[in-house]
Amino acid sequence: MAPDLVAVLNPALVRYSITTSHQVSIPHMFGFKKTAAVTAPAPGILDRLRNGLQKTRAVLCTDIEDLFKGKPAIDESVLDEIENRLLLADLGVDATSRIMAALRAEAKRNKLGTAAEVIAVLRQQMLEILLPVQQNIELDASRARPHVILVVGVNGVGKTTTIGKLAAYYRQLGSDVLLAAGDTFRAAAIEQIQVWGRRTGIPVIAQHSGADSAAVIYDALQSARARQAEILIADTAGRLHNKDNLMGELAKIRRTISRFDPELPVEVMLVLDATTGQNALAQAEQFHKLAGVTGITLTKLDGTAKGGVIFALAHKLAIPLRFIGIGEQAEDLRPFAAEPFIEALLDTGA
Amino acid sequence: MFENLTGRLSSVISKLRGQARLTEEDISATLREVRMALLEADVAVPVVKDFIDHVRGRIDGQELNSSLTPGQYIIKIVHAELIALMGLGGELNLNVPAPAVILMAGLQGAGKTTTVAKLACWLRKRHGKKVMAVSCDVYRPAAIEQLAVLGRQHDFEIFPGDPAQAPLAIAEAAMQKARSRFMDVLLVDTAGRLHVDKEMMGEIVQIHAAIKPSDTLFIVDSMLGQDAVNSASAFNQALPLSGIILTKADGDARGGAALSVRHVTGKPILFMGTGEKIDELSVFHADRVASRILGMGDVLSLIEEVEQKTDRDKTEKLAKKLTKGGSFSLVDFREQLDQMRKMGGIASLMDKLPGLPKLPEGAMQQHNDRELIRLAAIIDSMTPGERRFPATINGSRKKRIANGSGMQIQDVNRLLKQFDQMQKMMKRLNKKGGMKNLMRGLSANLPRGFRR
Repeated sequence: MAPDLVAVLNPALVRYSITTSHQVSIPHMFGFKKTAAVTAPAPGILDRLRNGLQKTRAVLCTDIEDLFKGKPAIDESVLDEIENRLLLADLGVDATSRIMAALRAEAKRNKLGTAAEVIAVLRQQMLEILLPVQQNIELDASRARPHVILVVGVNGVGKTTTIGKLAAYYRQLGSDVLLAAGDTFRAAAIEQIQVWGRRTGIPVIAQHSGADSAAVIYDALQSARARQAEILIADTAGRLHNKDNLMGELAKIRRTISRFDPELPVEVMLVLDATTGQNALAQAEQFHKLAGVTGITLTKLDGTAKGGVIFALAHKLAIPLRFIGIGEQAEDLRPFAAEPFIEALLDTGA
Repeated sequence: MFENLTGRLSSVISKLRGQARLTEEDISATLREVRMALLEADVAVPVVKDFIDHVRGRIDGQELNSSLTPGQYIIKIVHAELIALMGLGGELNLNVPAPAVILMAGLQGAGKTTTVAKLACWLRKRHGKKVMAVSCDVYRPAAIEQLAVLGRQHDFEIFPGDPAQAPLAIAEAAMQKARSRFMDVLLVDTAGRLHVDKEMMGEIVQIHAAIKPSDTLFIVDSMLGQDAVNSASAFNQALPLSGIILTKADGDARGGAALSVRHVTGKPILFMGTGEKIDELSVFHADRVASRILGMGDVLSLIEEVEQKTDRDKTEKLAKKLTKGGSFSLVDFREQLDQMRKMGGIASLMDKLPGLPKLPEGAMQQHNDRELIRLAAIIDSMTPGERRFPATINGSRKKRIANGSGMQIQDVNRLLKQFDQMQKMMKRLNKKGGMKNLMRGLSANLPRGFRR
């Protein structure tokens, strides 16, 4: 969307439109596929995000543009179609109804006549949902060391890969990091995290396969204390949230950390796969109940066309969103920021 | 999984119970609810639309005042449509010149490597095949090592690839090796890849062209959301898929992905992964899953599982002994406990039975194995003589058994009483017509609605 147009339609939104491209043609302002865009080479996070989320925009925006072709005013069928699009983006029934309610209310007041206005309201709604959960991890030097990041989640969401990226991230920030190979169940999980340790030059505390996970992490805590490490990132085995015994084991791991030192700052980081549908909510609820989740990392946002589940998540559970994974490289794990995220999601000027 | 969809649909349909016939409004209202239920279950939006259209068509096209009640009528149609949507089952294409090559493809974290190991064991156990597996995942750290560890643990052959090699070269070398070692089946594991990653998709297409697999399987996480449609159709376009395997079906995801993927690829779902253990892979049956969606339970799967996991020889031996008039001893009881545990305990069995919908999950699991383990411990603390002649167990023996098993004397008493009752039941079985009488007694206890 051309920034000046946004300004005309809704001045409040100007600050969100940090677009890196300039559109030449105005009539197709929502159709990036038909717009002659002069794209300036834009470095940095916004660009990567935009590439990662291209498919999302393809679903959300192209179709909204198609919808409005030849329709001067918005009618019920258009709103229904938008609702469908939001559902398609995995926003979930709840978050979708919330956004649709606002859209309908606006439409009723006859304020919405064009696609631009619809997008503006959409953007506003999405921002309202996501801004409250945009909270990054704060490392407090005055608190006890180490800051523990316990990484949990169901099988195959990318926990170990996220740990590798997290380690690289904090290493780059100059922190003294230690890793704990707490996944003692899956074949070669220990080897996997050790490879990450070698790559990033970070020591990994590990025992043998089949060892007690809590014991490994306790070991790592002692080691971290001895080395005066700032951050301890602990892996755990993937577990389905409806397996009581495995969840009980996780609760034990969490207790072990508190018992080591109740003063430790602990981040229980739930890793969620963005391709997951509404089940992500059930996962978050169960993990929160058993282990007290304090932050969420959303992975595989580069693969999914949507990633809308984070709206449902932010809406239902107010757990902070820490990081998003938007690619396979170590630097593709980014602190979550609502504005560029939504900007990239809605921006039609790519 | 699927329980939530079951709940939703049964609440919709129960609204209709007791009505004589369906009005147009009823149909529309019901289908709206069905639509929401399917959407909440992560069935992809276009698939939901097709499904609703189909059901509506089926309802419109038929006389409403059939002999069925409206509720039964809707169940019947929704059920039939669910089956149609998920299609009938298929089979692996193993009747090819050896080695039959099976290529696995899927997104990251779908569960390809675990499924390869499960499939290798399944092929060996169920079909007596000589299986070799190879991992072409040179990207994820320790992925090749993961398959190698699984091979060592579960005793199937592994072709050791070198992460420094190209995936294509590893696959081709594995083909050579499998041929020279006269393997029946070669399972080819690949790296997880995104359907939008052109380079990686090109790579798997190349591998496919080089090894000409008899089966190309798409591995799908049953927790997948709307994106299931996109990834499935992209993989389906890039590769001539022959089947689908649904993983993590033991989670509580509503399983909409199963419907979506089946619908967009048109390929049969062959298996589903139902747990972390190596033998927790079961053949996918659309009709059974559809039944489960509708709250009819999954009795057929249960029967199959019982057949597979119980030791047939032992069971037959026991049956023979009993029919010959031998008595059911504590040793036999102990074996039964073992077999029960092998099947995943009571909870796993109850999970599949109809008419027992919502037990609190925690309660179930607690009840589950602990009791079986305790009973076994008590029996283990007896002498062989006591096991054969429980009547000899007097007070001081009970005390010793209780101490030995870490239980109370009351627990020992309870076990002996239970055993006594079982023995009586077994005796009744042996009498003429005993089985029939027993079944009659059982069916009277079944919940209403499941008697036919």
